[in-house]
Amino acid sequence: MIKRSLFSSKTLPYLLILPQIVVTLTFFYWPAAQGLMQSVMRSDPFGQHSTFIWFANFTALFKDPLYLKSIATTVFFSVCVTVSSISIGLFIATMANRALKAKAVVRTALIWPYAVAPAISGILWLFLLHPSYGIVALGIKRWFGVDWNPVLRGSDAMVMIIMASAWKEISYNFVFFIAGLQAIPKSLIEAAAIDGASPFRRFWTITVPLLSPTLFFVTVMNIIYAFFDTFGVVHVMTQGGPGGATNTLVYKVYQDGFIGLNMGGSAAQSVVLMTLIIVITVIQFKYVEQKVQYTG
Amino acid sequence: MKTRRMIMVAAMIVFTLFIAGQVMAEPITINWWHSMKGPRGQVVDTMIKAFNDSQSDYVVVGSYKGDYDETVNAGVAAYRAKKQPHILQSFEVGTQTMMLSGAIYPVYKLMKEQGYDINWKGYLQPVLSYYMNANGDLMSMPFNSSTPVMYYNVDLFKKAGIPMLDKETPVTWDELGEIGTKLIKSGVSGGLTCGWQSWTQVENYSAMHNIPFASKANGYEGLDCELLINNPKVVAHIAMLKEWMKDGRFFYGGQKFQGPTAEFLAQNAAIYIDSISAIAKLQKSAKDFKWDVAPMPVESWMKNPQNSIIGGASLWVFNGHNKKDYKGVAAFLKHLSRQDMQIYWHKETGYFPITLAAYEQLKKDGYYREFPYQEVGIKQLTRREPTTVSRGLRLGYFIQIRNIINEELELVWNDTKTAQEALDSAVKRSNQQLREFEKIYK
Repeated sequence: MIKRSLFSSKTLPYLLILPQIVVTLTFFYWPAAQGLMQSVMRSDPFGQHSTFIWFANFTALFKDPLYLKSIATTVFFSVCVTVSSISIGLFIATMANRALKAKAVVRTALIWPYAVAPAISGILWLFLLHPSYGIVALGIKRWFGVDWNPVLRGSDAMVMIIMASAWKEISYNFVFFIAGLQAIPKSLIEAAAIDGASPFRRFWTITVPLLSPTLFFVTVMNIIYAFFDTFGVVHVMTQGGPGGATNTLVYKVYQDGFIGLNMGGSAAQSVVLMTLIIVITVIQFKYVEQKVQYTG
Repeated sequence: MKTRRMIMVAAMIVFTLFIAGQVMAEPITINWWHSMKGPRGQVVDTMIKAFNDSQSDYVVVGSYKGDYDETVNAGVAAYRAKKQPHILQSFEVGTQTMMLSGAIYPVYKLMKEQGYDINWKGYLQPVLSYYMNANGDLMSMPFNSSTPVMYYNVDLFKKAGIPMLDKETPVTWDELGEIGTKLIKSGVSGGLTCGWQSWTQVENYSAMHNIPFASKANGYEGLDCELLINNPKVVAHIAMLKEWMKDGRFFYGGQKFQGPTAEFLAQNAAIYIDSISAIAKLQKSAKDFKWDVAPMPVESWMKNPQNSIIGGASLWVFNGHNKKDYKGVAAFLKHLSRQDMQIYWHKETGYFPITLAAYEQLKKDGYYREFPYQEVGIKQLTRREPTTVSRGLRLGYFIQIRNIINEELELVWNDTKTAQEALDSAVKRSNQQLREFEKIYK
């Protein structure tokens, strides 16, 4: 029997959630509604001439080959960031979990990059990889003869932003994986070891399945990160260039709306992104929160 | 009881002081949002301070709002929220958007209505023409204006046995090609690189060779204009640069200025095309070599090259403020174009002095004998009367159009497209933007 304490007052609960509702309405729903309205209008930046044009902004968007290219770019980028940051994060977590000496120090050091803002991480990597003044770039050009030029070549620029974005996310994944790993009972692994399973096999048949809830959660979070939080990295490092090779969806919203002052078009893009994030959130709630259990 | 009386008395005193303060006519605050930071920001602050100290009716408050695009954005957002500043600095590509915004108080009108009879003929015409409407009325106050010039590394030129370039007569592109060959032979890793490629290699190239950039007099005479940059001459120019990339006579250092400047400073590029405002940066950073300035190259078939066009920004006055405020705004704009202010501005930043009087004074003072490279840009800008083709560009969504041109040029540099394909595609994409823009104001 669960003990419940009940409030007799009918208004009190509403009063208590009021601040939260006010904040949500002003900072989330109101701008979202504004965005929705803007996306069906054609208007000048100063809002002096506005015409209602139904869904013309959306049809124009999906007819635009550059938008479709931007979708492809974003998907490619997100997959690369997610795969590389998860695999490296998992690898490091497995190693760190086994470390005997200075465990705490190693872990703390590995978590640090997560505290770095994406824009700063972009600047740090740019100082390493810029073809004109990046230390590493100058080094590999001089000593290894690699013709590294992200300012000119789209593929190099893509590699560069993937590295900068994934680097930061590795720490995030590391934290979750190390927590997940610690929840796996030692006895299972020891039993397998006694049965003669190799370390790799133990990892593959015991650790990975037991880690799957974490893995799923981390994947979703990484995709969201790669889609929506990497604006700073792109802005600092490539500005969507060269030749639009790193123009991700979020960056395109900024370029068309804030730089180009095309309000209707960029609002339509934001609505598309909003729909996308709603879908991802629904999936996450349906599968992650309900079906997967966080147990060892 | 006693404390209560004390509080009453205190309250009375505060109240009286408050009323007295109101009566004693506070100076009116004039807000100016700009994009000038670092050394330029300090120069701006000094100019503001000079104005505030010279009178007591107005106080100008300058606020740095970020890069040009961020400042324009701040202005847009503020105008929508009815909290607009009096003066907004906007870059030259935003001219059409600002002009049609319906949010501005045209400068020619402001000055006339506030009783300033300004002789606009006394200003640098190629600068004014960029900010005039079709009737020749000035819509915004020119502030920081620049133009592209060619920098070259004197030491590397000497090493390759190349004579120094003239400061008034431009070299031809063919000659520059030969210079490039000599440079590469002498062991320099790269010949020419340039910043702001759309501005320097397409917009200014077109203006100086009197080639229309867009129909309808570059957009001055109608929103239904179309881009014309896929003409044989511009295509040939881009194709030539692409050809030069093969042996390193030209190489690409990035869209803006950071990459190309770094290459010039590291002596990877012996020649560097960029705005005259790069002078300040080079003076500070180029320590281990000598450099000099020459006018932009022209084609050998262009016997009398036209003026180059400007870049930079101008000051727009927003509508919707009190009448009294505008008196102060006008006084401040007048102050900024004062001769001493313009001379100070030019010396400190390298941007043009916008009045002819200031330019003449600088000449008389022997300033250009001491710093001859400071005069290259202004001479190139004023070498001929602007034509309808070389006076400027007036395009809607020009910011996107520049981005499109930049993108397409990058696709030429990295072998994805030929010059013709890229410029055709740039025209096609830009025309779509122009049509979208036209629809807004129909």
